[in-house]
Amino acid sequence: MKMAKAETKKKPRAKGELGWKEIELGCFITEPGNSDEVRTGDWKSRRPELDFNKCTKCTLCYFFCPEGCIAKNKDGYFEPDLFYCKGCGICATECPKDAITMVEEAK
Amino acid sequence: MAKREGLEVSVAVGDAAMLSDVDVVSAYPITPQTHIVEHLAELVANGELNAAYIPVESEHSAMSACVGASAVGARTFTATAAQGLELMHEVLYVASAMRYPMVMTVANRALSAPISIWGDHSDVMAVRDTGWIQIFVENGQEAVDNVICGFRIGEDKRVLLPVMVHLDGFALTHVIEPIELPEKKDVDRFLPPFKYPLPLDPEKPVTMGSLGSPFIYTEVKWAQEINLEKAKDVVLEIWQEFGKAFGRTYSPIEQYQTDGAKVLLLTMGSYSETAMVAIDKMRGDGKEVGLLKLRLWRPFPYEELREAVKDIDVLIVLDRAVSFGGPGGPVCSEIKSALYAEKKRPQVIGFVGGLGGRDISMAGFEEMIERGIEIARTGSEREFEIYGVRE
Repeated sequence: MKMAKAETKKKPRAKGELGWKEIELGCFITEPGNSDEVRTGDWKSRRPELDFNKCTKCTLCYFFCPEGCIAKNKDGYFEPDLFYCKGCGICATECPKDAITMVEEAK
Repeated sequence: MAKREGLEVSVAVGDAAMLSDVDVVSAYPITPQTHIVEHLAELVANGELNAAYIPVESEHSAMSACVGASAVGARTFTATAAQGLELMHEVLYVASAMRYPMVMTVANRALSAPISIWGDHSDVMAVRDTGWIQIFVENGQEAVDNVICGFRIGEDKRVLLPVMVHLDGFALTHVIEPIELPEKKDVDRFLPPFKYPLPLDPEKPVTMGSLGSPFIYTEVKWAQEINLEKAKDVVLEIWQEFGKAFGRTYSPIEQYQTDGAKVLLLTMGSYSETAMVAIDKMRGDGKEVGLLKLRLWRPFPYEELREAVKDIDVLIVLDRAVSFGGPGGPVCSEIKSALYAEKKRPQVIGFVGGLGGRDISMAGFEEMIERGIEIARTGSEREFEIYGVRE
């Protein structure tokens, strides 16, 4: 099975950071797949913090993440992309090794 | 040369939509708009108008069908009134925010309850903030001309917005007036075929009406506001161009007998015609009074209003709707706020009248102006007065 690799993901342009003059007529979306450009990560109030000493690379967080924002990094561990992570905490709940802790998102 | 003939205004409005080569008409009949859409249904059924007529089960569906038709780039027309306009309400915002340039004639009628099929402006005022361009007409000729202009304005690439043309129910819709229907070839020259820049097209898919999260909604609304404000210059330009082509020119605020006047009355729609007669009479009696007819309601013509009242002492505003528990008539309160920051401004006196088809006669306007002048001198206990109410 092929899994997404965290480091290969290009940093998306954030659609949500467009100025009012740059918005398309009627706020239409002219290219498919533009959710790639939407920073859903700023919805979260808590973010997942990972402890790689506890992680067994079991993949459960990868499969449970409803946002599909968790990918394998170069060392084979699974990491969320915080640009998209909405902070739901499902990964932390499902992790059998308690390797993921939800912490307050401080700004 | 176009011929001037006696036509029922509703029929002429339907003919104007036909002359504009509409592709889609979707409407639900409601008094006093009925004759407009009945006539269009007839024209389509007789094969005189090559358009799709979509009969629907409600005004909500009518406006939704119009939104869909506009989305594929069809030139779209509808008409409604009163409760029908209210039933469309939420979709009106969609049409303007998604930048669909349709034209809708509203046969202005009072809102229930009690049920009134007769004219006033309470239906218009409830949709004031929907983001449509809104034009008031005072007679049948203006209605015809502004349906044609409405398409041209709305479809302009700098605008791309829906346009409401307001004509008073019964007082205009059901009367026969001498009307000059422009010739088809002249309308064709003035109003080229419509090409929507981003239509629904399987060859080049776009997503319309998607989610606008908090990070983008403010920017979208600001873009919409600036676009509507800028549309005013295009409206003026197109009215000028229409004047050159057809000999009838329109302005956002028309001045009548204002030379040397220290007191002006401001009206909208068909009642302006009776008010003109009253002004003529008072001028004949040596009184320095005049009339302003507000034609462009959205975008609001701030500069033109300020210019028109800069040398006067008293501005009397007639509203045909009530903002219950609020500042009186919606038009008067907007005019007050438009003038608030001016160093020299007239006293603004508000009247509400002509509700639910109640007539205001020539003598009535004269009485209202005299009372307005008196209030300006002595003050009133109320923020606004209602004209002609029985104790």
